[in-house]
Amino acid sequence: MYVAVKGGEAAIEKAHRLLADRRRGDRSVPALSLEQVAGQLSLAVDRVMAEGSLYDPDLAAMAVRQSRGDLIEAIFLIRAYRTTLPRFGATRPVETAAMRIERRVSATYKDIPGGQLLGPTFDYTHRLIDPDMAGDHPVAPGALREMAGDAAYPRVTDILNDEGLIEPDVASDVEPGDLTRDPTGFPAGRDLRLQALARGDEGFLLSLGYSTQRGYGRTHPFVGEVRIGLVDLEIDLPELGFAVNIGAIRVTECQMVSQFKGGGENGPRFTRGYGLVFGQSERKAMAMSLVDRALRADEFDENRVAPAQDEEFVLSHCDNVEATGFVEHLKLPHYVDFQAELDLLRMLRREHAAKTTAETDRQEAAE
Amino acid sequence: MSRADKKPGRKRSLDAMASMPAQLLSERYGTIAAAAPRAIPVRGPEIGAVMVRGRIGGGGAPFNLGEASVTRATVKLDSGEVGHAILLGRDLEKARMVAHLDALGQRTEWQPVIEADVVAPALLLETAARQRRAEETEATRVDFFTLVRGEDR
Repeated sequence: MYVAVKGGEAAIEKAHRLLADRRRGDRSVPALSLEQVAGQLSLAVDRVMAEGSLYDPDLAAMAVRQSRGDLIEAIFLIRAYRTTLPRFGATRPVETAAMRIERRVSATYKDIPGGQLLGPTFDYTHRLIDPDMAGDHPVAPGALREMAGDAAYPRVTDILNDEGLIEPDVASDVEPGDLTRDPTGFPAGRDLRLQALARGDEGFLLSLGYSTQRGYGRTHPFVGEVRIGLVDLEIDLPELGFAVNIGAIRVTECQMVSQFKGGGENGPRFTRGYGLVFGQSERKAMAMSLVDRALRADEFDENRVAPAQDEEFVLSHCDNVEATGFVEHLKLPHYVDFQAELDLLRMLRREHAAKTTAETDRQEAAE
Repeated sequence: MSRADKKPGRKRSLDAMASMPAQLLSERYGTIAAAAPRAIPVRGPEIGAVMVRGRIGGGGAPFNLGEASVTRATVKLDSGEVGHAILLGRDLEKARMVAHLDALGQRTEWQPVIEADVVAPALLLETAARQRRAEETEATRVDFFTLVRGEDR
């Protein structure tokens, strides 16, 4: 017999009302504006866009505000919203070589053509809480320095390519797989893996990347280059017969250079891992590139011995919306399931007790 | 500017208008629309998404990076010219204005007006904004130097 139990509606309504109240907090404090969230918590907004897999700073700022700063909740909101949008098409692949650079560093070449540009980085700060952050002190604008000629920032991998020291990109225009449209099967192509990693949880990928450094699927990596900046989005409009620029987005790209593999017709050369993420997030882009490289184990005849090399493990668990859904559903009513478990357990205990009594009787009889 | 100047006119205008801040576009559009033939909506403006693609390794095969919200609109003039717009973001009004200007831009009497009042200022603004950002980044360039050590003397 199945009995539906009702009665939560009033409590749910009041709970949501209380949530709205707590979210707003002290009414004598001005409410957060979207400009404040998008402008001053921009890296939180970037993370929500990246893992929500929808580039829209205003919407991500709304989601951060609505979720009270719970970023995984905000990512969930963005994911839900994006499913309501009709897909108008796909952009041409972004040209990261033509990025309008805001930061670009290489750990492999000091004198990389185009130079080392630190940009707005936390690196080299002392990680001491700044008392000024408690107030609203005037902040000087960034310094300016005239450009020396036409700035060109070749990818570090292209520089190594000149000598044949590194595996090259194999250009193609194959239509990529799309995990939002088709269920993921294994083995998955590198296109699908990168799509999954690009929207994967930063913390999960960070830990997996870290695990490869500590020896679980060791790849001995160097940051060939990290670059952050704006890239133009171009889309072909069939109505017009040419591609138009629809605007620019900020992305972070990481080229991880890993230890050489070798022989064959090409001789030993460096291998690579790649990271590309919406917004400014070099931690995520670096972690992504480490995991991308680890997941290429089969390509380089490496034994798959570590979690980061196991694509089914990585791809099935890197999505924080899926993960939070399955973990958090445990708190929802499981009264009937649990009742069934209880019944089963009571039966087992009755049987156990009966058996124990019978054995005791037998022993006593024997003595 | 030099690269933009070589683009065919219509693409150059659409690209420039996409980059223009909505507020400024709206001001310029208001003046033009007051005197210009009206736009008949054909499609939208409507909000949707495009899949943003990257390339594996930066230069290899394409992969799907994630989506971006966009707004598109198509309008028509009484005289038959059709204007299109597709822009990053969710600004319905901006898409409608750009589509209208795109349609008007195909009429010889309106093309120079749109060029002078909208496209040229948009390009100037964008160039200045890019220049400023580039100079801010340039200021953070590392100038390595080597210290001459005593034993080299």
